[in-house]
Amino acid sequence: MSLLEIKNLRARVDDREILKGVNLTLNAGEVHSIMGPNGSGKSTLAQVLARRESYEITGGEVLFNGRDLLAMKPEEAACEGLFLAFQYPVEIPGISNAYFLRSALNAIRKYRGLDEMDAMDFLPKLREKLKLLDMDDKLLNRSVNEAFSGGEKKRNEILQMAVLEPKLAILDETDSGLDIDALRIVANGVNAMRSPERAILVVTHYQRLLNYIVPDRVHVLVDGRIVRSGGPELALELENKGYGEMDGAARGASPA
Amino acid sequence: MSSNTDATIRELAQQEYKWGFVTEIGEDRAPKGLTENTIRLISTKKSEPEFMLEWRLKAFRYWDSLEKAQAEPKWANIKYPPIDYQAISYYSAPKQKPNLKSLDELDPEILRTYEKLGIPLAEQKMLAGVAVDAVFDSVSVATTFKEKLAEVGVIFCSFSEAVKNHPELVKKYLGSVVPYTDNFFAALNAAVFSDGSFVYVPKGVRCPMELSTYFRINAAETGQFERTLIVADEGASVSYLEGCTAPIRDENQLHAAVVELIALDNAQIKYSTVQNWYPGDKNGKGGIYNFVTKRGACRGKNSKISWTQVETGSAITWKYPSCILQGDDSVGEFYSVALTNNYQQADTGTKMIHIGKNTRSTIVSKGISAGHGQNTYRGQVKIMKEAAGSRNYTQCDSLLIGDKCGAHTFPYIEVKNSTARMEHEASTSKIGEDQMFYLRQRGLKTEDAVSMIVNGFCKRVFKELPMEFAVEAQKLLSVSLEGSVG
Ligand SMILES: Nc1ncnc2c1ncn2[C@@H]1O[C@H](COP(=O)(O)OP(=O)(O)OP(=O)(O)O)[C@@H](O)[C@H]1O
Ligand SMILES: [Mg+2]
Repeated sequence: MSLLEIKNLRARVDDREILKGVNLTLNAGEVHSIMGPNGSGKSTLAQVLARRESYEITGGEVLFNGRDLLAMKPEEAACEGLFLAFQYPVEIPGISNAYFLRSALNAIRKYRGLDEMDAMDFLPKLREKLKLLDMDDKLLNRSVNEAFSGGEKKRNEILQMAVLEPKLAILDETDSGLDIDALRIVANGVNAMRSPERAILVVTHYQRLLNYIVPDRVHVLVDGRIVRSGGPELALELENKGYGEMDGAARGASPA
Repeated sequence: MSSNTDATIRELAQQEYKWGFVTEIGEDRAPKGLTENTIRLISTKKSEPEFMLEWRLKAFRYWDSLEKAQAEPKWANIKYPPIDYQAISYYSAPKQKPNLKSLDELDPEILRTYEKLGIPLAEQKMLAGVAVDAVFDSVSVATTFKEKLAEVGVIFCSFSEAVKNHPELVKKYLGSVVPYTDNFFAALNAAVFSDGSFVYVPKGVRCPMELSTYFRINAAETGQFERTLIVADEGASVSYLEGCTAPIRDENQLHAAVVELIALDNAQIKYSTVQNWYPGDKNGKGGIYNFVTKRGACRGKNSKISWTQVETGSAITWKYPSCILQGDDSVGEFYSVALTNNYQQADTGTKMIHIGKNTRSTIVSKGISAGHGQNTYRGQVKIMKEAAGSRNYTQCDSLLIGDKCGAHTFPYIEVKNSTARMEHEASTSKIGEDQMFYLRQRGLKTEDAVSMIVNGFCKRVFKELPMEFAVEAQKLLSVSLEGSVG
């Protein structure tokens, strides 16, 4: 059984259709990448999968671990092991990063019938992940994402992923805004998470990231449809040629 | 928000006020109505000295003249039907043996009530280290830790005892900050108050423990009119906590309290309130009218008075804990969280009156409105001519949950000395769908996400509360918010 099966998914917002029939299958252990022009629907796909309620599903089906993902609330999807690293991480003033992370972890543990973790057990775990991402301790006591630099916010998303250990991680342009060293560190963090039980979906504009996180498959999303799929070499091709030639393919494109 | 969210919220909205039980006890109650005879009856019941009766009568006559002139204050941004002051009973006391020697003699029903409320009244809980005075309906029923406090000279007792045992202190300070002529409700309180707490911390003494009063309205068709007087003598310091709850009743009940604080040279008073009077049901039926006058006088130089309040209860809150900064270099602070849900109304804020030189004040107000709640911040900062070099910092933030509630801000600023420095920041925000989605994507349920955002919003104020009170306040906020997102 595949970990994620998206069949002919359609979604719209404000009467405007954005996803126009997306098909995608992801097995545990795989890393896939989604590329595509601005506004093609990559973030929409990511957020629909994470069950953001402002997007209306108008067709299709998604199975996550064999369960109907589209029937889940965001927190259920999260507790079932779906994690989204946001393209634009959100600030939560007055709530410390460490407290937030522990609350999130405990919400998920509770859902799974595990004991909650107290601060004493949690902190060592957190520090270890912090080291992995070469992050400053100080970010733990600061309010979630508040006054974080662009790069710090992105790194913080990956820190959360590392702590929450999801089955499926969707990274929405985690590389944008990262300097060259940070890109390598974050990529290492992601690679450390690769495992036979876990799948990762990487949304990016840049082939550069895929030099570090080498994907099993690359998909090209244009105007709400996946118009091409291929191996890592597809990313290189896009880097050279751009998306121009693919627009035509968007019409009547066949699923990956 | 979506239908999923709505469903959770509707479920939560069915949750009830958890402190709404009624205690069955014998009760000694005055007949309804308010005349000079009522005042005499209260004074006699309490075997008060002549000076108290005289003061009460003066207050009553003043109040009566206001009432006849229909001069009940109308300027606040609150709405309620006229109160029939003759339909209220002004004295209700649990029947008990007079002069309790120990807590064992207290009516076990009352003790059980306080246990349910989590008040550390029972002996074993006293180890928690908080001295408690408990006011049940109108009378103080128990003051713990009295002996230990007496060793360092701190007087902490019911107001009635203070009148009997320390009349000179009461005479000197009673009404010196809030005179009975101050306002309609202060006059009413002065006339009929039946008990309250009294604290005196002598020169140079730091009170060795937190002092705490728990107010409980139990009886029906009564008002609660308690009075608190705290005096910190030169170089003294004290931290005082106040909590309140009431049973669920369909009719509105009046609570008109007065609190007076006096800080002499280099003295400090920290006064914290977690107010959770019954707020009425989700349709706005019942609930406490909380019309309270709280004021502190920084009389001495370099003295400091700090108010922290978390107001989650009451149908209507009308309350402006204030500071009169008389002494040079004195400091006044006001930290407030006020939450209105369902049909609750709050008009609350502070007054900072700068008289002495180099006086400083800080105001941090966090208003949260949900449901049909109406939340008003009303604040006044006044810098008098003599108050050279004075400073005020005001931060006033409102958070809206849903689109049927309201937030209003009325800051009044009056500066008569050009060397004063004023800073004012204000903001109004809504709980964002993006914040909610972010938190839920990390696994938090809707209600936990809301309460996390709100607690973050209130952080600056919670930091001012004593530790265990801060925890209680956070929980209370979550409970009060249940059913609020829509
Ligand atoms: N909540 C929304 N309300 C209105 N329009 C939206 C909303 N979300 C997405 N859209 C629109 O849908 C289209 C797809 O947006 P989306 O964010 O999914 O693109 P993207 O592929 O992630 O682009 P980028 O590469 O720039 O991040 C855009 O035209 C966007 O303006
Ligand atoms: Mg995007």
